[in-house]
Amino acid sequence: MCLAMPVQVISVDISADTAKVSLGGILKEVSLALVDDVSVGDYLLIHVGFALNKLDEDEATKTLEIFAELARLHAME
Amino acid sequence: MKYIDEFRQRDVAQALASEIKKTVRPDRFYRLMEFCGGHTHAIFRYGLPDLMPDNVEFIHGPGCPVCVLPSSCIDRAIERVQGYDAILCTYADMLRVPASGGSSLFKAKAAGADIRMVYSPFDALKISQDNPQRQVIFLAIGFETTTPPTAVVIKQAAAIKQPNFSVDCNHVLTPAALLAILTPADGQLNIDGFIGPSHVSTVIGSEPYEFFARTYKKPMVISGFEPLDVMQSILMLIHQINRETYCVENQYSRAVTPGGNRKAQALMAEVFTQTKSFEWRGLGHLPHSALQIRENFSAYDANLRFPVETAPASEVKSCRCPEIIRGIKKPHQCKLFGTSCTPENPLGACMVSSEGACAAYWSYGRFRDPRYKINTINEA
Amino acid sequence: MKHKSITSTIRTPFNRLDIKNGRVELVHGSGGRASAQLIEMLFKTHFDNDLLAQNNDQALFAVDAGRLVMTTDSYVVSPLFFPGGDIGSLAVHGTVNDLAMGGAVPLYLSVAFILEEGLALKVLEKIVISMARAATEAGVKIITGDTKVVERGKGDGVYISSTGIGRVPSAVNFSGDQAQPGDAIILSGSLGDHGIAIMSHRENLQFETQIVSDSASLADLVACMIEVVPGIRCLRDPTRGGLATTLNELAQQSRVGMLIHENTLPIKPQVSAACELLGLDPLYVANEGKLVCICDPNDARKLLSVMRQHPLGQDASIIGRVLADEHAFVQMETLLGGYRMVDWLSGEQLPRIC
Repeated sequence: MCLAMPVQVISVDISADTAKVSLGGILKEVSLALVDDVSVGDYLLIHVGFALNKLDEDEATKTLEIFAELARLHAME
Repeated sequence: MKYIDEFRQRDVAQALASEIKKTVRPDRFYRLMEFCGGHTHAIFRYGLPDLMPDNVEFIHGPGCPVCVLPSSCIDRAIERVQGYDAILCTYADMLRVPASGGSSLFKAKAAGADIRMVYSPFDALKISQDNPQRQVIFLAIGFETTTPPTAVVIKQAAAIKQPNFSVDCNHVLTPAALLAILTPADGQLNIDGFIGPSHVSTVIGSEPYEFFARTYKKPMVISGFEPLDVMQSILMLIHQINRETYCVENQYSRAVTPGGNRKAQALMAEVFTQTKSFEWRGLGHLPHSALQIRENFSAYDANLRFPVETAPASEVKSCRCPEIIRGIKKPHQCKLFGTSCTPENPLGACMVSSEGACAAYWSYGRFRDPRYKINTINEA
Repeated sequence: MKHKSITSTIRTPFNRLDIKNGRVELVHGSGGRASAQLIEMLFKTHFDNDLLAQNNDQALFAVDAGRLVMTTDSYVVSPLFFPGGDIGSLAVHGTVNDLAMGGAVPLYLSVAFILEEGLALKVLEKIVISMARAATEAGVKIITGDTKVVERGKGDGVYISSTGIGRVPSAVNFSGDQAQPGDAIILSGSLGDHGIAIMSHRENLQFETQIVSDSASLADLVACMIEVVPGIRCLRDPTRGGLATTLNELAQQSRVGMLIHENTLPIKPQVSAACELLGLDPLYVANEGKLVCICDPNDARKLLSVMRQHPLGQDASIIGRVLADEHAFVQMETLLGGYRMVDWLSGEQLPRIC
């Protein structure tokens, strides 16, 4: 529900509780009021100028591996 | 774009489509409700119906917070701007929602009301700081994805004691809407499984859905927003339906955990409390289905600061949104669809934004309507 | 390149205009000495050419026998300056492009300014210099014009109206009603650059990007295309409302359908990302230096090759074909292989949160 997208953290401003994030090269500042322990390089889900959650990159990789396997099997048919 | 493009790959889509075709049983239908308007949008925007076998049907749910707001909400917002000469800050999605008598925020703005588009609740707070002599009202809408940001900004306003800032809170709750779908008045529930919302679930977690799956014996798969997420979720639902299980599965594991975002939940609980009842366009009055600002933040409650009287909401006769939202009718089965009700002139909730089922059908998919007799897809 | 004013050799009767610190005043639009000073010292200095120097309220010129095209457009863009251009260059490119879409060699432009009282003269000069440069690059002369001034608060700094005249070569007969089933659809380059460049400069959108507007004169590209395929069915530049609007217009005009393929559409990664962030569909985002070409399918490869050799057509792509369809639907095969309609834009495309 509602448009939220994965962006990468470029820099963190601890005092302002904000981060500069990048989506495909576009830079934006977002509030970190809803998340903790954010580091440069992390992926965040952002919505209306706020980070909602950190993306779990291990889980993302697992999902993509399932996809890759499916595609590989399908190509062999 | 990382973690976006990889979820839009054609070869994976074709593979998933093939798996789905192999998994469906030919002797039954699979009626799957995508609860969330964002999923409705993704399904039509990527043409997923073309990749499904004929016995998989999408039922479009009420999870579009713009669509489900009654016209009385917009009427009140317009009343406040005009009656109190306030600045109204709103997300762009709300501008064309139909109010009473054919009005809308867009039309009120054109007639001179000071209505400004914002991209974040922080923008509204800033406008109040830049215009200390004017009252600034933020029209807060959305399901649980959008609620925590509003909570943060209300707290911020209270911390700096911003005197001219207030919030018109219309945040609605997903479990209540889900319950309404699962308990129709006539007892007719023709839905076999649910594609659960993505970003609401990042906030509330996957746990809240367990009760519904168990009690109403319907499988639920929390799905990511991208088309491959939706397709994988459909495959998972079909497996469950075949096995006659009714668990909550989390396809969107990269963003959703069982407990969700506790920090965001705590902030919401600190600032808001549940309303006894809230009126939904198309679903009627639902108990405990929306939020209001708590007493200790009541100084920032626009409903208290700017009381207005408006007539109760009335929907257009012949509008079939209530049935469409519950999956009983399809958009083209509504007399008004595409005739008097179009995206330019939306009469009902489902046509209001691109998230709504009727809008999605009209803008992305009306060429599939059998009345047009187009063979272009085959020709292509 | 600044044009040397031909009046520099004559003792000017006007006092120097204080471009550095001066502002537009109501008196500049009233037709008196101040108006004349503004026209002489600012507009004519930079637009300098023999026809403008006739110094009449009209420009007199001869035309060769043949067909002419005329077009007009108004420019109200805000902000006035944006990455890759400004309202001035836009006013030249936009009108020149409308002529070029008719297959014409652009010849002359007229420009009318509506200035807001209080506009800094140095801002106006910047715009005028930019227009002069754009005109030179496009090979057109600005030969007549008008200036009016409105009270402070009644304008947006500057509005510009521009009318253009061009000559159409005899072999050329472009028209939007000539598309036929089977025809190829070619797009000259990446979508959405202009719209995103403008939006990135809108104050409350707050995102940083390196995207610049694609505002450019397409006249030369069109001339190269006509040279190899004079029988092009039609050209149109997708400006406001984006590619989707242009395709729907052409489909309706020709009473045909269209099918395009999402995986053939050139879109810069940052434009894609900006559209994702704002919830916009790049098919509806404005362009100012791109064209759509509909041609016989047998000419498509030849045209594509010539376009790709031109600086403004390097990312040219065959994006689809015309179909027989009395409903004039424009359809798109999505990235995933499903289908969706590419409908007319309903209302203004607004960013969404949902």
